Amino acid sequence: MFKWLHPYAKPETVYQLCGRFYPWLIALGVVLLLVGNIWGLAFTPADYQQGDSYRIIHIHVPAAIMSMGTYSAMAIAAFIALVWQIKVAQWSVLAIAPVGAIYTAIALITGMAWGKPMWGTWWVWDARLTSELVLLFLYLGVIALSGAFSDRQTGAKAASLLAIVGVINLPIIHFSVEWWNTLHQGASLTKFAKPSIDPSMLWPLLISILAFKVIMLALVCLRLRTAILLNEQHRPWVKNLVEAQ
Amino acid sequence: MVMLGQFIKRELRLLARQKADWLNPLLFFVIVLCLFPLGVGPSPNLLRIMAPGIVWIAALLSVLLAAERLFKDDYRNGVIEQLVAARQPLLSFVLAKLFTNWLSTGLPLVLLSPVVALLLNIDAAGFVALLFTLLLGTPLLSLLGVMGAALTVSADKGGILLALLILPLYIPLLIFASAAMEAATTGMSYHGQLAIMLAMLLFALALIPLAVIGALKLNVS
Repeated sequence: MFKWLHPYAKPETVYQLCGRFYPWLIALGVVLLLVGNIWGLAFTPADYQQGDSYRIIHIHVPAAIMSMGTYSAMAIAAFIALVWQIKVAQWSVLAIAPVGAIYTAIALITGMAWGKPMWGTWWVWDARLTSELVLLFLYLGVIALSGAFSDRQTGAKAASLLAIVGVINLPIIHFSVEWWNTLHQGASLTKFAKPSIDPSMLWPLLISILAFKVIMLALVCLRLRTAILLNEQHRPWVKNLVEAQ
Repeated sequence: MVMLGQFIKRELRLLARQKADWLNPLLFFVIVLCLFPLGVGPSPNLLRIMAPGIVWIAALLSVLLAAERLFKDDYRNGVIEQLVAARQPLLSFVLAKLFTNWLSTGLPLVLLSPVVALLLNIDAAGFVALLFTLLLGTPLLSLLGVMGAALTVSADKGGILLALLILPLYIPLLIFASAAMEAATTGMSYHGQLAIMLAMLLFALALIPLAVIGALKLNVS
């Protein structure tokens, strides 16, 4: 299997692969996003309890799910980078981190916008909200660490190590925050029970989740291509590429 | 084992010569504690409610302050590079750093806890809980602080970066330590919280030295 995988560790191959995938991924992502969001925002029935404001889940839930999925993708890349010392994996950690941070921020902001009419407040110290906020801090830590070194290589390796430490810590943080919240439970606001979702609302939601995933992959492809060019600028194949254009 | 003893002796000698490195964070801890009553008001009841959070946040910050300079001098004068180049196992060096860091920043916090209890109007039951949580929690603070210091040792802007990386990881400790103190002041049992803190400490003790060694190596390569 390693023999088969080996060529894919070569930056040039990855660059071309990402270039080939990117247009398809971004086109598919945009189409899915348009279908999922327009269907979800305009054509699904209103919720019997929450009215129209529930519709924000078609943006909020995909962003929240993918903010966590993206972190695990980043941690897997970081593990590969540190164990097998594959440079492309290091660069992909840095390519993934900002995308995940933006998804986390989208999940937090849309959640706040939904919380205002539903709970009557922009922010409550609920366990899930707090975990998501900590996730954002962990992403920002990885990004900040990668930029803090004069040597890009060291920065990428340090960020990879931090990503792995973060992924070990995330469950501990998540469960301790959950425990803390149940201990401090005072606000009845958070006892809001979500009605199990109707199929007519579920389908656009699933399409939106898929759209967020595909768009994440597309953005990572794009960012990884840039990172490869930046780090390999002294290599002959990059020079040939630039001269050819 | 001999190496570990040698490294500990060296660290202690360095600490004895550079007293500011570990005295300033302690001073910082006491000053932060004094600022809270000035900020939120001196009412004894209010202070008693807020004491667990205040003590632990001040402890986090002061350990962080001490951790920042932990590997800086050794990095600048090439000690770490020599250790890596000589293919010495870094484990005893890291363990010596951890132990002396806790001895110089964690243990003094435990010893200062009677003063803290006086300043913040903590009763006897709360004081016992404070003592136990500090005893179990400060080694974990040191472990995480040492890891952050090792990660950022060759970074250009280490200080504030270290805080950004490490503070989110302190959250579970903060939650359980202040929960244990809160339970103690209301007369409830807090063995569960202490057990979880001990579990987190042992878990960190098993894994974090490896992360520290990895971080030091990638900073000198």
